[in-house]
Amino acid sequence: MTDSVAELRRILRDSRTIAVVGLSPEWHRPSHFAAAYLQQHGYRVIPVNPRCKEILGERCYPDLLEVPESIDLVDVFRRTADVLPIAQQAVQIKARCLWQQIGVVNVEADRLAREAGMDSVMDRCVKIEHARIFGGLHWAGVNTRMISARRAA
Amino acid sequence: MADHVYQPETLAIHAGQIPDAATGARALPIYQTTSFVFDSAEHAASLFNLATFGNVYSRLSNPTVAALEERVAALEGGRAGLASASGMASEAMALMTLLQQGDHVVAAGALYGGSVSMLAVNLKKLGIDTTFVDASSPDAFAAAMRPNTRAVFAESLGNPSLQVLDIAAVADVAHAHGVPLIVDNTVPSPFLCNPIRFGADIVVHSATKYLAGHGTTLGGVMVESGKFPWDNGKFPGMTEPSAGYHGVRFYETFGDFGYTMRARMETLRVYGAALSPMSAWQILQGIESLHVRMERHCSNALAVAEHLRKHPLVGWVSYPGLIDDPQHEKLARQMRHVNGAPGASGLLAFGVKGGMAAGVKFIEAAQFMSHLANIGDTRTLIIHPASTTHRQLDDAQQRAAGVLPDMVRMSVGIEHIDDILWDIDQALAAAGA
Repeated sequence: MTDSVAELRRILRDSRTIAVVGLSPEWHRPSHFAAAYLQQHGYRVIPVNPRCKEILGERCYPDLLEVPESIDLVDVFRRTADVLPIAQQAVQIKARCLWQQIGVVNVEADRLAREAGMDSVMDRCVKIEHARIFGGLHWAGVNTRMISARRAA
Repeated sequence: MADHVYQPETLAIHAGQIPDAATGARALPIYQTTSFVFDSAEHAASLFNLATFGNVYSRLSNPTVAALEERVAALEGGRAGLASASGMASEAMALMTLLQQGDHVVAAGALYGGSVSMLAVNLKKLGIDTTFVDASSPDAFAAAMRPNTRAVFAESLGNPSLQVLDIAAVADVAHAHGVPLIVDNTVPSPFLCNPIRFGADIVVHSATKYLAGHGTTLGGVMVESGKFPWDNGKFPGMTEPSAGYHGVRFYETFGDFGYTMRARMETLRVYGAALSPMSAWQILQGIESLHVRMERHCSNALAVAEHLRKHPLVGWVSYPGLIDDPQHEKLARQMRHVNGAPGASGLLAFGVKGGMAAGVKFIEAAQFMSHLANIGDTRTLIIHPASTTHRQLDDAQQRAAGVLPDMVRMSVGIEHIDDILWDIDQALAAAGA
């Protein structure tokens, strides 16, 4: 699993298009919070949820294979037991990173992604890590572990 | 490559503050502003919905105060911190976020007097009961637990009782009942002790004391470990939609800093005990030298304790840093070692022969040791707790809090040790005359 600040920074800087699998249309759900945050920070968010047509102004797709454009990062808001088929699709569409959210830890999916040459992150929130590394989380009093003598980005 | 792990001395100077994005200022800017502009209506909505992190109003968050919150969280090895206007305010934020009418708290009997008042009087008035127990006995905590107990509260090193809590044993008691252990870590400061390492779930500080360190500024910080399972069924306020913040589920949304976010958005926002940015800045100035000061506080206090125990006019000395103190082994397990000995901080207590009258004479004869109600100053401070800090408690409550009638409490400063011993000797001579 990828977990250092340097690697997470590279992943978040190099990604532009993020598929959010299991994105909820409800504004107060964690997946919605995260996706709205990512949109506000310049990412293209592609919702993946078979029960919706459109979320956050973006067309929603039933699964990753149906998405007609290339995806850099697949962000998974599903139960650990359901991640493996999503990882297989992520490999198939040549995504560059499989990211399992907080509480989602499928080690088989992690191995599959790494064997395919992808980056793989587990048990982390993409919004929280972005805010930790590029600023924002600090304002909530969170211990970001960021120590630097260079000006904040 | 794994991230480098920094030592507390480095965290005390750097954690929570990287050079200002706008100006490159190396030292922390003081953001003395009540409010922050919104970029657009959409940005405002996103901030109010907590979908994006940012500042709205300094009663909720402020960039200067945030540096303090993160620094203390880092020093404690916790996940997140929340500052407020005083140590008492931080304790209130920690407890009031957790508790509601009908709940019960198990607390150490030997607590700071203000904490006893908060639990026994103020929270009692709101329908929250507290059982006070002997802090030296984990079994006493276990025996006091009830089905409606929602928190255990104790001090890592009691003020002024100097009782050393067996943090791991009491944390086990709390966790067996599915409730968090809240530890007031004011006296050791995070440099000497990190209760989270031993199983505490929430740590509170009066930053007024060793953190600020110079007797100039009031403030408090609470820190959450990020490890407590708030979804165990006992804390619906953490898992159900918040009535106080339009339906947010704090634990689900913010995970391991959900309790801190709830304390910020539901409790601090409403009760308004916010810390001023100027005060946060002054406390941070103090923290930058915390490790240097604590080492001197510890070595001076140990020297004073060893001197007093040999003094013919002194009846007894209590300082857990003394090698033959009955609490020394417990101390050695939990405290950072300073110059080869477990750091016991700067507080000690002793009885002047001749009882209350001699104690009062001693205090009045001091040359530079200051008679006042504070601890953790660079200056040496002395006080008679029974007639001052604990006078609102009755005799039984005073004894339960570890306060004896002849007891003098000393907060040993960082002046030259020879001068401190000189002032003690001349004041004792006056008291014995």
